[in-house]
Amino acid sequence: MSTTTASESANPNSAARGRMVLMMAGATLLSAAAQILMKIGMHHFSPNLLTIVTNLPLIAGYALYGLFTLLMVLALREGELSLMYPIISLSYVWVTALSYFIFHDTLSPLKLLGIAGIMAGVTLLGRGERK
Amino acid sequence: MLLVLFASVVGSFGAVFLKLGAVRLTGIVSLLNWRLALGVGLYLGSSVVYALGIRHGQLSVLFPMVAVGYIWTLLWARLFFHERFTRTKLIGLGLVLAGVLLVGLGS
Repeated sequence: MSTTTASESANPNSAARGRMVLMMAGATLLSAAAQILMKIGMHHFSPNLLTIVTNLPLIAGYALYGLFTLLMVLALREGELSLMYPIISLSYVWVTALSYFIFHDTLSPLKLLGIAGIMAGVTLLGRGERK
Repeated sequence: MLLVLFASVVGSFGAVFLKLGAVRLTGIVSLLNWRLALGVGLYLGSSVVYALGIRHGQLSVLFPMVAVGYIWTLLWARLFFHERFTRTKLIGLGLVLAGVLLVGLGS
């Protein structure tokens, strides 16, 4: 088992690599949902223990963030750090989209260009060297 | 500024320890290994330092520093884990970094 893992992570074209990229990309959806929930939770935040432990959006946000971290660790088991880490930036894409639809945040042209850059970059990283 | 730069370095080492811990995972119990704990701790620590650093205004340095944090992480991936950087990968990384900077500029 350990030898397969080692050879798979050494080979950037392996099927495992594609699975790890997908897992990491899926994990960013959780991270984005977590950030949105935390933002909602912070709207009715007060430094009082009872209101913090009953602040469901905030707690759900932290829980999802924990789940994101767990998935990231699983993806890092076989995936390269230099490949998995940049994929986290996909969460900016989801957060921007969700903020637009939920909070009606404005979308500046620069932001849209940045989103396009992140999506193009992650797509290239995900495809890797196709022969 | 210096504090936020420091936070980016701390955060990048969080990623290094998560990777170190992840490759040693064998089962559910091994989730409790010190490398993963240190990785999570460094991440939490860096977010506290980030928050302290941008408390005095300078929110504009946040995204550039997040991008700098990516560069640290890539550097450690090369140095410590000897990961390969093909041309396609470098172009992808460049696009992601430029994208993060633009999202920051447009916010």
